[in-house]
Amino acid sequence: MVSDDAPASDANRVEQALTALAPRLARGGQAVAGLRRLSGGATQEIWRFDLITGAGAEVLILRRAPGGVRVSETAVGLELEARLIEAAGAAGVPVAPVRLVLEPDDGLGHGFIMGFVEGETLGGRIVKSPDLARARMDLARRCGEALARIHAVDPAAFPSLRRFSPSDLLDQWQEAYRRSDWPRPVFELAFRWLYDRCPAPPPQPKLVHGDFRNGNLMIGPDGLRAVLDWELAHVGDPMEDLGWICVNAWRFGAEDRPVGGFGQREDLYAGYEAGGGRPIDRSAASWWEVFGALRWGCMCSGMAGSFRTSDPSVERAVIARRTSETEIDLMRLLAGDRA
Amino acid sequence: MQDHPTPPEILAAVIAFLRSEVTADITPHAVFQAKVAANALEIAKRDLELGSAADAAELERLERLLGHSGTLLDLTRELAQKIAEGGVTLKTPGLADHLWASTLAKLAVDQPTYSGYRAALAERDP
Repeated sequence: MVSDDAPASDANRVEQALTALAPRLARGGQAVAGLRRLSGGATQEIWRFDLITGAGAEVLILRRAPGGVRVSETAVGLELEARLIEAAGAAGVPVAPVRLVLEPDDGLGHGFIMGFVEGETLGGRIVKSPDLARARMDLARRCGEALARIHAVDPAAFPSLRRFSPSDLLDQWQEAYRRSDWPRPVFELAFRWLYDRCPAPPPQPKLVHGDFRNGNLMIGPDGLRAVLDWELAHVGDPMEDLGWICVNAWRFGAEDRPVGGFGQREDLYAGYEAGGGRPIDRSAASWWEVFGALRWGCMCSGMAGSFRTSDPSVERAVIARRTSETEIDLMRLLAGDRA
Repeated sequence: MQDHPTPPEILAAVIAFLRSEVTADITPHAVFQAKVAANALEIAKRDLELGSAADAAELERLERLLGHSGTLLDLTRELAQKIAEGGVTLKTPGLADHLWASTLAKLAVDQPTYSGYRAALAERDP
């Protein structure tokens, strides 16, 4: 999605700073051209540009905090995110390689510059596009392998990452739900169900991506090209990632393919185990899937509050009204014929 | 007694405008925003058309379930609290039916094309 609403002065400043960085971005780096902003997310700005070198041009991506300064309180921070991407890449996870982490003197605020990976990230297209039909065939398995490799990264290398047990996460989301001050009997039912069956803290906490879902995966005709958006990474129960990618919201209508709308759970698990992950406990996996549906529900319902206070955008209003999607998902999971 | 066209009719006209005419000469980003705006108005339109009947039915179910009268918001809060405390569960007669009916009614307004809603309708009325 191309956003052309970046103020011109912003773009000029970014272009000047990138031009000064050019020699450090690649051998023979001379100049920057074709700068444009790809998205103006609430938590990150993403810019695309061509780096001109003696040998030609190369596409690179800048991710930085909005305006270079604003940092979300739940995100890990861009410097840490860059280090996580490097560690995951070294462990064999497909990632867009980090080229340079910004320093204060670079004049761009917090952020990093990474290689450009061509591909599709829009979930609906990944589920439906005929060009990606071949990729979809073993994508669930490839996701399982990638998750196993993420979970094999030593969390001790990242002491500042936050640690969450399953009950910590439940407490956090219940608190967020209570703060929204809008009664939802279906959410109450789901919280009860989850608390009654809450897994113990994992004996060996792992690096958890935290937002591994269709929408944060770069897919090409040949398959999974990069795992994106590491800002919600933390240390905890690795099953969280395996449940999250199966939440109905990321199936984009392809109900019968629970893994991101493109694959089956058993293929995800087989890839996970083949990639070195621990054998999957099916009942733990379904706990995390219910947790994921409720987490997405709490995220949606929180949008009503921010719509009224900080960001009265139409998009937020519409996402707030998607809360009921998670309520019907939870009803089917907990009170349906197959529950 | 107000005049016509009715609010849903006015909204339908604005939705049609946002979906067709306005998208002809604006940037791709603005086209996306116009689609989101049309979706938002569709929710508002369906709420105007379906909301009060759904609310009345929901209130009647809640009064039966909880055994006394009150406002929709107060009774929903009370039910939420009873579920949180474990006093009302899925085994409580009427709870599952109430939650299904209320949730399906919400989806009919919010997202009637949502896959989970279509599937739930099919599962409940095969």
